[in-house]
Amino acid sequence: MIRLDRVSVRVGKFSLESVSFEVRPRAYAVLMGKTGMGKTTLVEAICGIRRILGGGIWLMEKEVSGWRPGERGIGYVPQDRALFSTMSVYENLAFALRIRKWADAEVEKRVKELGELLGISSILERRTVGLSGGEAQRVALGRALASRPGILLLDEPLSALDDQTRLEMHELLKAVRRATEVTVLHITHHVADAENLADQLLVLENGKVREGELGELRLRV
Amino acid sequence: MTQVAGDQGKKSTWAQSDAPFFVALGVIGATYVVLIVAMLGADVAYTSVGDMARALESEQIRFAIKLSLISCTVTAVLSVIVGVPLGYLLSSRGRVDGGKGNWVLAALRTGADAIVDIPIVLPPLVIGLSLLILFQTRPGRWVQQYVTVSYAIPAVILAQFSVAAAFAVRTMRVTFDQISPRSEQVAMTLGCTRGQAFWRVAIPEAWHGIITAGTIAWARAMGEFGPILVFAGATRMRTEVLPTTVFLELSVGKLESAVAVSLIMVVAAIVVLFIVRLAGGRGIESFKH
Repeated sequence: MIRLDRVSVRVGKFSLESVSFEVRPRAYAVLMGKTGMGKTTLVEAICGIRRILGGGIWLMEKEVSGWRPGERGIGYVPQDRALFSTMSVYENLAFALRIRKWADAEVEKRVKELGELLGISSILERRTVGLSGGEAQRVALGRALASRPGILLLDEPLSALDDQTRLEMHELLKAVRRATEVTVLHITHHVADAENLADQLLVLENGKVREGELGELRLRV
Repeated sequence: MTQVAGDQGKKSTWAQSDAPFFVALGVIGATYVVLIVAMLGADVAYTSVGDMARALESEQIRFAIKLSLISCTVTAVLSVIVGVPLGYLLSSRGRVDGGKGNWVLAALRTGADAIVDIPIVLPPLVIGLSLLILFQTRPGRWVQQYVTVSYAIPAVILAQFSVAAAFAVRTMRVTFDQISPRSEQVAMTLGCTRGQAFWRVAIPEAWHGIITAGTIAWARAMGEFGPILVFAGATRMRTEVLPTTVFLELSVGKLESAVAVSLIMVVAAIVVLFIVRLAGGRGIESFKH
């Protein structure tokens, strides 16, 4: 579950005031809205990398407003993926586990598990520089899921992919959801992402988030 | 079809190609390169192998070479130690969002940013003079009760460091500005504290910049003369570094010896820069595999 209650956040001169919404437990929520409306800012606030000026954020029934990002039980995939360029794919996937001091055998087992789930077992030893868009996205997803977070935050994760890879990623995200039962908040501009993945649609308009219907997206298109 | 055939049939002339543009840039740029090569060529032509050998046999010059290498290396290390954190804070990562009391931090950051530039724009002699006066103040004299600084080896290192560190800070600032902060933010969502994200993600990604900052600081320190002359003096076998040697040899009319020492500096600089850059490359490779 993700719940924002009258959250205010500011980035330079841009601000969002008193934003409230809720993502149901284990739902796949898609948040849509025009460019520059503050979708990324909201996700950063949920992650804890953007300080909120007012209101509160609840994740998995706990108020986490003052918590450090690493304590919130989230996995985060930013738009540019931000893979660790000095590390191999394996090291990227193992990063969160090593920080959390998992035993080496457990780390290896979990990385292999992720490799199989995401179809990247064959590239574990490769450097992240030079991966294709689809491969990089799978690695970013695996890195976010490694420590089994309860919440997965995806900031336009498929925006740079071609149509074929995008459809493959849709199937992969469905498989991930079946395997993990994680609650997902997915930001996107693409109606197809919402149609294929969402069981809850949120729309950010005029600084407020409201529940939307897939039907209204089709009408807009 | 006819049009395409016509285009293919066109002969590309020199005037229509990019060649004149690149040749013009090349000619203008080459004047500087030629000047440097001509200076070094003149030095080589002026001196002889015998002069070089005699210079290397001199105990005083060997001391100056040793002190230069040691002091420049210490200065480069100190500059990187200061340059990395300061460069990080002065980069876009250190920018402070508006909020209660944050204007104080923002003002401190802006002030520090301007102060760091002072050694770059200040005349070198003024830096030496300022250091000399600093160690004549009460706190300075207190320090000198325990460590002799003025007119001793610490003065050589401090004079070099005062200038070289500014270049290391600037290099690190640009380095951190060029690396997206997003990786560190992701690392924090994965469980890192801010410090862990800095050490485990930002520093490895900035490794190339760190090597460059150290190299630039080393090279600046090697060429430093004005502050050393004023703050450390030019005492043979005590505070004599290679630029001091050139000055001392020139002042007694030994032009051949001064040129030979200059060439030693050129060779030492080229060798060390080559080694450091090679080591930097290996350092990055070791991160990769």
